[in-house]
Amino acid sequence: MKVLLGVGGSDDSLRALEDTVERARAAGDDLTVAVVENPRSERSPEEVDDRVRTVLADAGLDAPVRHVEGDAGSRLVAIAEEEDFDMIAIGGGETSPMGKINLGSIAQFVLLNSHVSVKLVR
Amino acid sequence: MSGDRVYPDEPAGPFEAPPLSFVDGEDRDIEIRPYPDDADGESGEDEFEALVEMYTEFDPADRAQGIPPGRESDVRSWLETILGDDGYNVVAWDDDAVAGHATLVPDGDAYELAIFVLQAYQGAGIGTHLMEALLGHGAANGVDRVWLTVERWNRAAVGLYKKVGFETSDAESFELEMTALLADPA
Repeated sequence: MKVLLGVGGSDDSLRALEDTVERARAAGDDLTVAVVENPRSERSPEEVDDRVRTVLADAGLDAPVRHVEGDAGSRLVAIAEEEDFDMIAIGGGETSPMGKINLGSIAQFVLLNSHVSVKLVR
Repeated sequence: MSGDRVYPDEPAGPFEAPPLSFVDGEDRDIEIRPYPDDADGESGEDEFEALVEMYTEFDPADRAQGIPPGRESDVRSWLETILGDDGYNVVAWDDDAVAGHATLVPDGDAYELAIFVLQAYQGAGIGTHLMEALLGHGAANGVDRVWLTVERWNRAAVGLYKKVGFETSDAESFELEMTALLADPA
């Protein structure tokens, strides 16, 4: 399966990174990692890039990593549709102190706009 | 969660602090007490088990954003977290059974609020009393900033929050974020 993983640097996006890379390694998915801009993330794109390459190297997976500028949600959807991806994978939300799941704005946009299947990683 | 939340100009309350009691819309005698019950911060095992029982009976269709958890073991660990030392809790009792529970969980200099009323006790005015008692209990202990998120289709909950003084602070997500500033205790 051709999978586009969007990582913006929030905690849930880093969990999605670990999970999706492991899944790609086990299932032989054709994975592309997109480092996107998440204005709410405190991690810089360089830090996120380092993390992505470390996780890929640890898994022994050779997947392309690209940097996507501009609005993260709309760019992910556009890339997935234009390049015939089968699935977009993204973080499935942050948990509040109470334990409530709150979906991020990138995930909301992708869910409502993508014609490609979307996987929210919990 | 972001630290730049907007709070209303006008404070909510003041609200009466628990314990308090009332007759609900179905003629049941309901008592609202802080949890834990005594000043030492201890609550009996019976009270804790009664809370667990309410949450294990909770209708899964009324879950909100993943809480309460579905499995009893997850309910227990979730309760141990939110009943921890730094938060404030009130419980609505119908004799020895829990009808509802409301909680303030610390989040930096503010508190996140949640309220649950067991299905058999909904629509009888318990939610309003429980909210007011929680905010009264919080204010009496120095809480002034409270926030919550609620699914925007949940009109009953949104209406309750507005009634006691919450205002929408962020409407750009699936979940509405609402905030309240608490008045000094009465």
